[in-house]
Amino acid sequence: MSLLRYESQVRSPLVDGDKDYHQVTEDIIRPIEAAPTRAWWIGFIISVACLLFGVVSVTTQVIYGVGQWDLNRTIGWGWDITNFVWWVGIGHAGTLISAILLLFRQQWRTGVNRAAEAMTIFAVMCAGQFPIWHMGRVWLCFFIMPYPNTRGPLWPNFNSPLLWDVFAISTYFTVSLLFWYSGLLPDLATVRDRAKLKWRKAFYGVAAFGWSGSTKHWQRHEALSLVLAGLSTPLVLSVHTIVSFDFATSVIPGWHTTIFPPYFVAGAIFSGFAMVQTLLLVTRKVLNLKDYITMEHIEVMNKVIVLTGSIVGVAYLTELFISWYGQNKFEGWAFAQNRVNIFSPYGWSYYLMMGCNVLSPQIFWFSKMRRNLTVTFFMSVLVNVGMWFERFVIIVTSIYRDYLPSSWSTYYAPSIWEVGFYVGTFGLFFTCYFLFSKFFPVIAVAEIKHILKKAGESYKDKMGDLEKEPVEEFAHEYAHAH
Amino acid sequence: MAVKKFVVGVFTDEEVLFPAVKKVRSAGYKLHDVYTPMPIHGLDHAMGLRETSLHTAGFIYGITGTTTALSCIGWIFNSDWPVNIGGKSHFDLPAWIPITFELTVLFSAVGMVLTFCYLCQLAPFVRRHHFNLRSTDDQFTMVIECTEKTNETELTAFLQSVGATGINTQVAETGWWLGRYDKDKTPFEHQGNVLA
Repeated sequence: MSLLRYESQVRSPLVDGDKDYHQVTEDIIRPIEAAPTRAWWIGFIISVACLLFGVVSVTTQVIYGVGQWDLNRTIGWGWDITNFVWWVGIGHAGTLISAILLLFRQQWRTGVNRAAEAMTIFAVMCAGQFPIWHMGRVWLCFFIMPYPNTRGPLWPNFNSPLLWDVFAISTYFTVSLLFWYSGLLPDLATVRDRAKLKWRKAFYGVAAFGWSGSTKHWQRHEALSLVLAGLSTPLVLSVHTIVSFDFATSVIPGWHTTIFPPYFVAGAIFSGFAMVQTLLLVTRKVLNLKDYITMEHIEVMNKVIVLTGSIVGVAYLTELFISWYGQNKFEGWAFAQNRVNIFSPYGWSYYLMMGCNVLSPQIFWFSKMRRNLTVTFFMSVLVNVGMWFERFVIIVTSIYRDYLPSSWSTYYAPSIWEVGFYVGTFGLFFTCYFLFSKFFPVIAVAEIKHILKKAGESYKDKMGDLEKEPVEEFAHEYAHAH
Repeated sequence: MAVKKFVVGVFTDEEVLFPAVKKVRSAGYKLHDVYTPMPIHGLDHAMGLRETSLHTAGFIYGITGTTTALSCIGWIFNSDWPVNIGGKSHFDLPAWIPITFELTVLFSAVGMVLTFCYLCQLAPFVRRHHFNLRSTDDQFTMVIECTEKTNETELTAFLQSVGATGINTQVAETGWWLGRYDKDKTPFEHQGNVLA
């Protein structure tokens, strides 16, 4: 049996400290059972305040119309669609961690997957707000769904990338939610079975769906997770691909590019991981989970950030090169004059994007930087600022100068209500995250227990003896272990 | 739903549990179930459970989604309301791929999760008898059903010999019922001793 858990000594432990199964439960469930801290209340109240500001902004927009956002004739997509793409991008890390890394058997995912999946769901919820409210007559938003209606029936255009988006985002949200919640069931049952308070027994009793931990249930649960991971892997790639189609299938110079799908997906993973870092660095400190979200986890995620950041950099340079090599006048102008020219009205945003997304992550080539918490936190925020500007550059610098030079003079700046809407989605995101961190286990308890005897520090120390075993004995045990 | 008598053996280490499961089975006892706090690979085989067919169900749901998407879009664009979109073909398969893919994934995922919940009888307000509350924490609970032939004292001694650390007898409901975990009312009269 010990052989089944053997893992090389070269790999660092994923769970620090002398833990047994019960200790794992204690460490992760205790913050749920304790009263919320002062820091939690302060954060929660600020989040709710931001959310309320968002509600007021959106209400104003619904009453007076989209004109409240100060969009103008050439810039019909401003902050709102920038924010939409930005939030969807952030929503990519969770499913990537839980699905793709599950298929690649990356065991470090167990420490961070639950929180990352939750982050995904909240980010997609925020993203969805923008196109919905941008419709203007939001009370007719159900018109985008294909259903037999009395207007013809008039169907939506299935050849339109905007409709593909509706399907992609709603499918992504549904599948992520199912994946997340089915993984939560066993952990909610753990909270239920420990509960002393009446309301907690009732609440977690309902939430855990009567989970018992039966072997047959676990067998099905494993099969379900694996297939959902297999489904989510192409799904997560498809979502940002389809978001990029919103731009790439148009004929706007600066958007009409075949590189968009892979470039958007890499950028999405990049910004998603940065957001996971931001959240987990705070979570591990506030909830005291340093033994589970270890330096090892942070370093691995920083490696992903430098990789995806560099892919994004290559994509930026490629599209720049192609805009010259393609010899399309309009495409060339969009890049040379609207972006690269620092003296053009929005030239500054292009360099901000380049600096934050391509240059700054390069410091993660150094192990010392990858393992430095302050640098990591600062970088994670910087990357998300940079990725926001990437979407701003793509959207605004491509459309603020259209084919009619007489309309070029209008400079776009968002109104307070458009900014308020964005602040409101931050409020929504963090309100959800604070509630999640208070009422749900932020780390997958059962999954940590599953890898504990393989990757836990105290168990790994004992594995040294196994390495001293003669090869013949090892082979014999291996042959009989299955 | 029947009320039955069970002998419950608690294990603290899965390395002891594995050989114990094999011994209990070969001794001819009726193994009701083993409850564990996390998935233990190979335990299903040791218990002699068959492989799950959930993936097959997922595949069937998936192709249902594919067919639904293709047939709906095809019917709408070619027969119900053929719209001329920029002079393009009415049967524009490449443009339908994104939605077809999304519906395939959606049908498969939703179908599988519902099937999983149905097979395992998981839903809000579903209640079950839990033999050991710590089997969602750190203990492995082996439950053996008592039949007419089972000698309880012998079975207890046997479980002790295979490494169970705590053994007790419980009379419990085997199925599920609707209720809340904060209310102690159980649907049968003779409630067994539940381990703390």
